[in-house]
Amino acid sequence: MSTYRIQGATGEWEVVIGLEVHAQVTSKAKLFSGASTAFGAEPNTQVSLVDAAMPGMLPVPNAECIRQAVRTGMAIEAQINKYSRFDRKNYFYADLPQGYQISQLYHPIVGEGQLLIEADEKAGIAEDKVIGIERIHVEQDAGKLMHDQHPTMSYVDLNRSGVALMEIVSKPDMRSPAEAGAYVRKLRSILRYVGSCDGNMEEGSMRADVNVSVRKPGEEFGTRTETKNVNSVRFVMQVIEYEANRQVDVLENGGTVDQETRLFDPNTGTTRTMRSKEDAHDYRYFPDPDLLPLELEDAFLEECRASLPELPDAKRQRYESELGLTPYNARELTAEVETFGRFETLLAATAAKIGKPEAKVATQVANWALSVAPGVMKSLGDEADPSNATAEAQASILAMQDKGEISGGQAKEIYEIVLKTGRDPEEVAETEGLKQVSDTGAIEAAIDQIIANNADKVEEYRGGKDKLFGFFVGQTMKAMQGKANPAVVNQILKDKLG
Amino acid sequence: MTDLTNLGVKDIRDGVDSGEFTAREVAEAFNAAVAEAASLNAFIVTTPDHALAAADAVDAKRAKGDDLGKMGGVPIGMKDLFATKGVQTTAASHILEGFNPQYESTVSQNLWDAGAGMLGKLNLDQFAMGSSNETSYFGNVNSPWRKAGSNAAMSPGGSSGGSSSAVAARIAPAATGTDTGGSIRQPAAFTGICGIKPTYGRCSRWGVVAFASSLDQAGPMAHTVEDCAIMLEAMAGFDPKDATSLKMDVPAWEAGLSADLKGKRIGIPKEYRMDGTDEEILKSWEQGKEWLRDAGAEIVDVSLPHTKYALPAYYIVAPAEASSNLARYDGVRYGLRDLPDGAGLQDMYAATRAEGFGDEVKRRILIGTYVLSAGFYDAYYNQAQKVRTLVSRDFAEAFAQCDAILAPTTPTASFPLGSLNDDPLTMYLNDVFAVPASLAGLPAMSVPATVNADGLPLGLQIVGKPFDEQGVLNAGLAIQQRARFDAKPEKWW
Repeated sequence: MSTYRIQGATGEWEVVIGLEVHAQVTSKAKLFSGASTAFGAEPNTQVSLVDAAMPGMLPVPNAECIRQAVRTGMAIEAQINKYSRFDRKNYFYADLPQGYQISQLYHPIVGEGQLLIEADEKAGIAEDKVIGIERIHVEQDAGKLMHDQHPTMSYVDLNRSGVALMEIVSKPDMRSPAEAGAYVRKLRSILRYVGSCDGNMEEGSMRADVNVSVRKPGEEFGTRTETKNVNSVRFVMQVIEYEANRQVDVLENGGTVDQETRLFDPNTGTTRTMRSKEDAHDYRYFPDPDLLPLELEDAFLEECRASLPELPDAKRQRYESELGLTPYNARELTAEVETFGRFETLLAATAAKIGKPEAKVATQVANWALSVAPGVMKSLGDEADPSNATAEAQASILAMQDKGEISGGQAKEIYEIVLKTGRDPEEVAETEGLKQVSDTGAIEAAIDQIIANNADKVEEYRGGKDKLFGFFVGQTMKAMQGKANPAVVNQILKDKLG
Repeated sequence: MTDLTNLGVKDIRDGVDSGEFTAREVAEAFNAAVAEAASLNAFIVTTPDHALAAADAVDAKRAKGDDLGKMGGVPIGMKDLFATKGVQTTAASHILEGFNPQYESTVSQNLWDAGAGMLGKLNLDQFAMGSSNETSYFGNVNSPWRKAGSNAAMSPGGSSGGSSSAVAARIAPAATGTDTGGSIRQPAAFTGICGIKPTYGRCSRWGVVAFASSLDQAGPMAHTVEDCAIMLEAMAGFDPKDATSLKMDVPAWEAGLSADLKGKRIGIPKEYRMDGTDEEILKSWEQGKEWLRDAGAEIVDVSLPHTKYALPAYYIVAPAEASSNLARYDGVRYGLRDLPDGAGLQDMYAATRAEGFGDEVKRRILIGTYVLSAGFYDAYYNQAQKVRTLVSRDFAEAFAQCDAILAPTTPTASFPLGSLNDDPLTMYLNDVFAVPASLAGLPAMSVPATVNADGLPLGLQIVGKPFDEQGVLNAGLAIQQRARFDAKPEKWW
C-alpha cells in the first residue's frame, strides 16, 4: 500500500495514475515502409513514397517491428495475441500525410501483462509492487512541424512519419509519483534489455501520456486528465505532483475535474488545457483495408521467445543466489543494460585471470565495478580516457589484488595511471613500485630491526599488552614504505613476537 | 493491308510476331485513330510517343530474334487511375490535376514489361466514383454507341468509361480498367466489349489511386475473351508491395482456354430476377443459359439470399474506405492547393478540398464519414461488414452446387448522358448485379450477348469461384462463340 497522500483542507486524497508509454521500436526501417529511421538526419531525407502518402501507395508490415513488439510482450509476461489487426485512426493534420494513423484499437498484438517495481524506501516505495499492463499495440508515428523556419509558414519534416511505435498502456495501478517513476525506469530497463527500444527519452524514443485522477482513499476513481508527450522520468513525476494538487484544489473549491487532454510546460512545471472532451476528435476508427489481419505462427512465437535475453528480475535473483551479491549490489548492477554488460564482461575476465569460479570473485568485482572504479574515474575527471577502462586491464588489477600483490590503495593508484595513459597494469605496478612486498626475507629483516630497537615494547606485549601488536604492524609498514603485504607482516610478527 | 485498328490484342501480337506488320505501324494507326476521336473525350492525355517508343522496342527485339512478350506490340489505353511515371495521373479529379508521379504502378509496369505501349491516359469517373462517366473533372466521356434513330449522347458506363468507349470505338485495341463495384463489367456491357475483374488480390493495387481498398481490383477490357485472358496474364501477379496481393502463380489462362463446358454446372441465382430489370435483359439471360447448355454445361438453380442487401452494404463500405483513402488529398504535399489570404491549415484543407473534389466524390466522403462516426459505426459500418460476410457465404454455398454463376451484368442497357444526374440512387442501382461479386472478391466477367431493340449492346456476367478466372473465361468463351456478337457502333466521331 502506498502511503502517498495529498493533504487537502477536507482530508487526505489518494492519487491514481495510469501511463501510456510510447516507445519507438528499434528497427532500421519504418513500420510500413522501407525508409530509414535514423535520428537527426536532414529534414525529409528519410521519407519513402509510402511515408509521404503519395497516391496509390500501400503499407506493408515490417516483420522486425512486429517481432520486437511480440518480444516486448513476452518480456512483461503478457498474453500474445496470435490474431491482431491494424485500424485507421482518422484525423487531419499537416504532420499526418495519410490523413490517418495506422494503429491497433480493436485487436492489439499484446494483451494483459505485468511489471514489478521494487521496494525503495528512500523513494517512499515500501514494498515490491506489481503494476498491471493493459495492452501493447503497434502504431505509426507522425511527422514533425517546424514553426521557426519561416516568418509566416510552418514547415513539415516527415522523417519520423511512419516510424514504428509501441504504445504500452498500464492499468491505473500506480498511487504515487515515485511508483510512476519506478514504473517508467523499470519499463525502460526491460525495453533496453530486450533491445526493442533504445529508451532514449531526449531523442523522443520514449515518451509518456500521464493519466491522473484523485479520490478519497477507498472511494471510486475520480475523473482523470491526460497529459500528453511527457519526455522524462522527472517530468512524469512533476506532472503527477502538479495535476494531483491541482485536482484536489479544484474539488475542494467545489469544482469538478474536466476529462481533458493537457500539455506539460517543463519551464514552469505546470500543465494546461490542450483540448476538452467537447473538442475531442471523432477518430472514426475502422480496420485498415490495405492490411490483412496479422496472424502469428507458433514457430515465429518460439523464435521470439528463444531470442529473449535474461531479464532484469531473473538476473537480479541470480546475482543474489548464484553470485552471492547483496540485494543492493544485485539491483544496482542489473538496472541498466550497460551496467550488467560491463559487470559480466569484467567478472568473466577476472575469474579467468585468477582461475577461480565467478561466484568466488563476484563480490570483489561487484564492489570494484559499483564503487571503486567509478570513484577513480570520477576523481580524474577529464584526465581519464574512458577507452582505457578495458575489462582486461581491470581484471588484471583485480587479479593482482586477489593474489595479495597489491593493496586496495595500490589498485586505485594503478587504475588512475591506466586510465590516464592506457599502460599495462602489471607493468605499472612493477615500474612505479606499486607492489606489496611479500618477500619474507625483507620483511623479516625489517621486523628483526624493529624488535631490536623496541625491546621495552616487546616486553610489554609479551606481558599481555596485546594492543601493541598494531604498533609493530605500523612500524613494519613504515619501514617497508607501506608496500609490505599486511597478511605476511601479520604472520611474521606473530611468529617472532611469540 | 487490313485496317489495323480493327484488330484486337491477340491478332496484333501474333501479326507483329509473324511479321505481317510492324509494331510501329500498329502504334501509328492507333495514334491516328486516337487523334481523330477527340469528340469521344475518352482520353485525358494522349501519349503517342510512349506508344511509338514501346513499338520500336518490340520491333527491335523482333529484329534480334528476342521474345516479344505476352503483349508484344500491342498499344493500349491506361485508365487514369494508374500512376504512370512522368505522365499526368489525375483520377479524373481537379485535386490531382498536373500531378506527375515519380513512380509507375505495378500493373502498368507489368504491361510495359510484356511489350505493351501506352496510347494515353483514359478518362473515368472522378476517383472511379460513378456509373456513367459523368463525374470526371475533364468532362463526360461519350459512348461511340447511339440509340437507333437518335443523336443523343449515350453513357459509356463507369467508372472505366474512357476505357470502354476507346475499345468500343476501336481507337484502342484494349484498355485497363478497375472494378470496385462493377466499374469494369458495367461499362463493358454498355459498349459491347469484354471485361474481367479477377479475384481480389490477383492484380497489385500498388500505384493505383485508391477508391475502396478492400474492393478495388484492376482488370483488362478488350474485344474478346481471348484478348482478356492474354492481357490479364500480363497484368496479374504477386506483388510484395501490396499486402493484399495474392501469393500465387499466374495461371496460363490463354493456353487454358476451352469452350467445352461438359461436366460443368452453371448456377442461375433466382434473386437476380429483380423488379425493374429490362425485359430484353431477362431475355438475353435466358439465351445465355441456352448457349451454355449447348456448350455442355448443366444449368442449375441456386440461391444467393442476401443479394438485396449487397448494394446498400456496398454503399456503406466503399464510401467509408473512400472517406479515409481520400484524406491524403489535403493540399500539403502535391496536387491542388488553395490557400486563401490569411488562411490557416484548416482553411487550406477546406478550400483545397472544396475546390478539388467533384460533387459525387464529396457525397461519398460525406456518407463514408457519417457511417464511421461514433454512434453510427455499429449501425452502419459494422452491419455492412456483416452483410458482406453473408454475401460471401451465399456464394460459397452456391458454389457447392455449381462451378460458375450466370447473370445479367446490368439491369438496363446504356442510357443517355444527363438522364440520371438528378437521381443518384437509380444511378447506384446500375451496379446491383455487379456489386455482390465485388463484396465477395470473386472473379467476374462481362461478355457481350446481343443488342437490344434500340441497337444498344447488352452483356452477360459470369461469376466464378475464388481464383477460378479460367472457369470464368471458359464460360465467357462459350457465350462469345455462340453469341457471335459483331455489332459495331457507327462512326460519328
